[in-house]
Amino acid sequence: MASKYKKVLLDPLFNNNPIALQILGVCSALAVTSQLKTSVVMSMAVIFVVAFSNLAVSLIRNHIPSSVRIIVEMTIIASLVIIADQLIKAFAFDVSKQLSVYVGLIITNCIIMGRAEAYALQNPPGASFIDGLGNGLGYSFVLIVVGFVRELFGAGKLFGYAVLPSVNDGGFYVPNGLLLLPPSAFFLIGLLIWAIRTWKPEQIEEE
Amino acid sequence: MLEHYLSLIVKSIFIENMALAFFLGMCTYLAVSKKVETAFGLGIAVVVVQAITVPVNNLLFQYVLKEGALSWAGLENVDLSFLGLITYIGVIAAMVQILEMALDKFVPSLYNALGIFLPLITVNCAILGGSLFMVERDYNFPESIAYGFGSGIGWALAIVALAGIREKMKYSNVPPGLRGLGITFITVGLMAIAFMLFSGIQL
Repeated sequence: MASKYKKVLLDPLFNNNPIALQILGVCSALAVTSQLKTSVVMSMAVIFVVAFSNLAVSLIRNHIPSSVRIIVEMTIIASLVIIADQLIKAFAFDVSKQLSVYVGLIITNCIIMGRAEAYALQNPPGASFIDGLGNGLGYSFVLIVVGFVRELFGAGKLFGYAVLPSVNDGGFYVPNGLLLLPPSAFFLIGLLIWAIRTWKPEQIEEE
Repeated sequence: MLEHYLSLIVKSIFIENMALAFFLGMCTYLAVSKKVETAFGLGIAVVVVQAITVPVNNLLFQYVLKEGALSWAGLENVDLSFLGLITYIGVIAAMVQILEMALDKFVPSLYNALGIFLPLITVNCAILGGSLFMVERDYNFPESIAYGFGSGIGWALAIVALAGIREKMKYSNVPPGLRGLGITFITVGLMAIAFMLFSGIQL
């Protein structure tokens, strides 16, 4: 039983990563990763929403008629996102300004809807909750790797503290400004997918 | 005055392109861009839905949700803006449903062409993103019409362009690990760089 939960939790990290393999929830992954701090806050919000929406959908899965299930799921997800949004506004106001509309866009993040449809509707609450956590972590893994690279090499900082002192402050590092601009996120995720698929060749797509 | 709206449209198409500058609607953008024909159908559907939902949400925001907006009903100090998200997604889902029924009844040929794409649009973040940006930037009603229309066109343009590139890419020999999703990300990155050329333009 324990090993089953472990598999449910760890599978989405590399073997079945929601971003790299299933192409789910890419929008926010690209937009919020120009700093590590915003990536971490966003990851926490997504883990919270996906775990609890899976739990809630799974708890009432035997009582929802299948014709209205999408609306029920949407309502659950939207309520959870409102809670997450209000919490971030209350405790990390400056980060919530930087995240701007992307917290609200968790509602349309396909990971959450996808997991509710594909997993929570068929499985008991405990396993669904773990599955939500696992997928949230798989999403966070990509976000944090991309955020780390972009902030470290784009600004020479991590969490806002200078790690590589930049030339402007008398250091040696010339920041690569392109990494802070939107297109670099596409390249980094493309390269990350390449790396994962070289490591795990069974994920390669044949066209 | 007309100039103001025109520049807003141009800005939302090129400079603040939904897909390439704000990464909105990426899931559908990457998944449904294998053929130009289907990409075009989806693009049109997005333009229509976007041009309707943004102004409708604008009206709801101005007259129901905004702080003090309910003063016409005698409720001066009520601030319902925290209900924004759930309202907008409800409006979008309802609009898509209504549009689907109306098209089915009055323009069956268009309905068959758009068919499967319409329900997909509900979970397209470009649509919800458009409404949220409209609220964040405090557009008034005519501005929201221009913005909704322009941002829809911008997204459609981006997906048709990507589909065109991907159709040609079938003939190239991509390294195995990059095939499919990986190379698509890199292509989109290059397109985003191209679109950044517009970012210095002042309107």
